Amino acid sequence: MKDDDRKGSRTLGEWENRTLKPFTDRTGERDVDFSTVSSLPIDRLYTPEDLGPDWNFDEKVGFPGEYPYTRGVYPSMYRGRLWTMRQFAGFGSAAQTNERFKYLLGHGQTGLSVAFDLPTLMGRDSDDHMARGEVGKEGVAIDSLADMEVLFEGIPLDRVSTSMTINAPAAVIFCMYLAVAEKQGVSFDSLNGTLQNDILKEYIAQKEWIYPPKPSIRIITDLIGFCTRSVPKWNTISISGYHIREAGSTAAQELAFTLADGIGYVQAGIEAGLEVDAFAPRLSFFWNSHNDFFEEIAKMRASRRMWARIMRERFGATDPRSWMCRFHTQTAGYSLTAQQPYNNVVRVTTQALAAVLGGTQSLHTNSLDETLALPSEEAVTIALRTQQILAEESGVTNTIDPLAGSYFVEALTDRMEREAMEYIDRIDELGGIVPAIETGFPQKEIADAAYRYQQQLEDASKVVVGVNKHRMDEKSKPDTLKIGHEVEEDQLARLEKLKSSRDQAAVDRCLAALSEAASGDENLLPLMLAAVREYATVGEVSEALVPVFGRYREVSFI
Amino acid sequence: MNENRKLRLLVGKVGLDGHDRGAKIIARAFRDAGFEVIYTGLHQSPEMVVATAIQEDVDAVSLSILSGAHNYLFPKVIELLKEQKADDIAVFGGGIVPEEDIPGLKEAGVVEIFTPGASTDSVIQWVRQNIKPRNL
Repeated sequence: MKDDDRKGSRTLGEWENRTLKPFTDRTGERDVDFSTVSSLPIDRLYTPEDLGPDWNFDEKVGFPGEYPYTRGVYPSMYRGRLWTMRQFAGFGSAAQTNERFKYLLGHGQTGLSVAFDLPTLMGRDSDDHMARGEVGKEGVAIDSLADMEVLFEGIPLDRVSTSMTINAPAAVIFCMYLAVAEKQGVSFDSLNGTLQNDILKEYIAQKEWIYPPKPSIRIITDLIGFCTRSVPKWNTISISGYHIREAGSTAAQELAFTLADGIGYVQAGIEAGLEVDAFAPRLSFFWNSHNDFFEEIAKMRASRRMWARIMRERFGATDPRSWMCRFHTQTAGYSLTAQQPYNNVVRVTTQALAAVLGGTQSLHTNSLDETLALPSEEAVTIALRTQQILAEESGVTNTIDPLAGSYFVEALTDRMEREAMEYIDRIDELGGIVPAIETGFPQKEIADAAYRYQQQLEDASKVVVGVNKHRMDEKSKPDTLKIGHEVEEDQLARLEKLKSSRDQAAVDRCLAALSEAASGDENLLPLMLAAVREYATVGEVSEALVPVFGRYREVSFI
Repeated sequence: MNENRKLRLLVGKVGLDGHDRGAKIIARAFRDAGFEVIYTGLHQSPEMVVATAIQEDVDAVSLSILSGAHNYLFPKVIELLKEQKADDIAVFGGGIVPEEDIPGLKEAGVVEIFTPGASTDSVIQWVRQNIKPRNL
């Protein structure tokens, strides 16, 4: 035996020639495309060479709770406190959802998360002609403060944190939440929670809008200004990649377009005269966790490092809390299959584990039956238990950012950052995210990626178990939750009764004051709050601004 | 002559549902398969979809619904087509539609419903076999 046989290879190239090639010449490698779910090619093996000669631990990785936060925003991470287990829920009437909230709180959930129905998301009342058939279907129907009072009945708002997934009419719904707090005798400064309030990703991906971008952003900066003064613990925007990913983007596009949206909001806040460090600490993010385990972890780690740099270097923020990319994660709804639905539990587990190893602050795990219908109580419980098993049985919470220093994970984190930064540069060249949206740039990139992925599913170069491989005949489907038509009927009756019993003159006065203020630069939040206190509806408050703000129309393309 | 012309298909998003990933994918796949495609864009009322279908002389209307409002929206579109004497325009679609709702929708006149996991190829094959150019 020669002496260097015992020493082993010194470089990747040497190993490939000396050890790998003789082996694969005999056995070959599997004939598959070794790439992520986003089609990022992945190498066979990663070594220090992949990090490059200039790779610097302090600059790229560092320590948790310290700039650039690659390892986590908090010094103790899950040793200090576990992530918030926050299951998104909302269906049917406010009373039904209130019951589900109490069920979840009773089973160890630590925060509430409200899903609204489509009419509410579009700022329309249940009696709007476009709302027919949609009331209470995909979320809870909220028309006025009266519904909001029922939704939070028996839930003290100073003792829960509430996340509300609402965008176009976010300010109106938020005012209703504030009005419920007033009625409960809870002061605004003890309210905790998050408003999604991310209109930019609506134009890009989720497509639930009312007004064009400019006036929409004005409402958002009004809300930020109001919260900075009066509701200091409230997270004013959850800048969301989730829907961008669900619409078919790659992981790098999700990262890029979401951070570009974040840049847009910070810029708007500064232009509205706010001090960056006064509002930036209350911005948070929302990521999707898809099937590709390492890609997701790399994306989340890169997001922290990128946001820290953007805030410090681009916007000159000096408060460390402004640099922190705190985020919520939801497992990828699109990845779930209607075929062999119990397999979804395994997908959700992998995705949730990636989110935990990516350092998420809160997590929603999807229910196994979500591609079939709204989740049943049993399916929601399994989804919550999945998080509890990861948190309390798997041992992954014992140490912080356990994958740091992996040549692969660090190289992939760097790569995510590079790819996302290239997109952000292109968006800057287009004049920022609003002009980019108006030209359809992110929308087109996402549609192209979605189509590419669909083709990969059809030629089975990307595998989905049970759909394009390992199929079988299935007899029974799990029981699912049904929303009956009576929800719509009941809601319409409630709304009619409300409209005939409230002080209509007061409502009209409030709405007129709001319309008038829209053409000036007064903060609209106090006026909206005054209107919802008088039981003005989501639709009425939203419509009051249309004459001044206009309506958004998308230029659609295929 | 009619028999040989390209099929004209309307791909529609009806109701308030903003999930247009599936609609855009199927619209592109139809176009790539050689059909003429009209995409309505988002947030269309049943009345708007029917008006476009008639104006554009389409052979079929393909609706994508992920909002759970399928039991209202599909029958409504069919009813309006009948009122306009345009019920020779076939209506089919896809989305999150529970299996047990499908028989009722077919009874209401929906020719076919494709559920999550259906390949664009299978939809295109189905269209080729089942949708014929209308006699205009």
